[in-house]
Amino acid sequence: MSEKNIQDYIKQEISDSEVLLFMKGTPVFPQCGFSSTVVQILTQVGVKYKSIDVLSDNEIRQGIKEFSDWPTIPQLYIKGEFVGGCDIITEMYQSGELNTFLESKGIELQKPSI
Amino acid sequence: MAMSADEIVSLIKESIPDAKVEIQALKDDGDHFSALVISEKFKNINKVQQHQMVYKALQGKMGEQLHALALKTSSDPQTKLT
Repeated sequence: MSEKNIQDYIKQEISDSEVLLFMKGTPVFPQCGFSSTVVQILTQVGVKYKSIDVLSDNEIRQGIKEFSDWPTIPQLYIKGEFVGGCDIITEMYQSGELNTFLESKGIELQKPSI
Repeated sequence: MAMSADEIVSLIKESIPDAKVEIQALKDDGDHFSALVISEKFKNINKVQQHQMVYKALQGKMGEQLHALALKTSSDPQTKLT
């Protein structure tokens, strides 16, 4: 894909998904501790999300860093807004801010069945 | 190619002069650190912007030489690293 197409592709994916996680690997097989941490948090919070494995396409891996001006992966987008990487999502989860933020955006949370 | 804690602290202070920086090596490979950066400049900007300021201070090393920096930022001087 050309540079422009990559940025268009990323923009499209972000606007098409309520919650979108750019990560290394997949939710079932995360390939990095930071990505795995965010996957576990999203599972605990009980939010449905789409994930994109940046390891499957190096152009996406570099393109997303340029798109958000953020040097690392994972990157979490909620309703088109870049919310943060592992540190910020962990901090938000621990303070309860992540739940509040998701609910404020009208996103349904399913409590995990214990 | 790794980085030293001192190198990280001096880069951050170079572009955020009033920053108070606490740093811990998570592993002794010069690649995994956790850091707390406190600065007045973080007031009125959100968390993403605060972290972006620190990443800019690190002049592109974040995600390259520096693989992992568990970062915490705050404008409150009472904030603790752990």
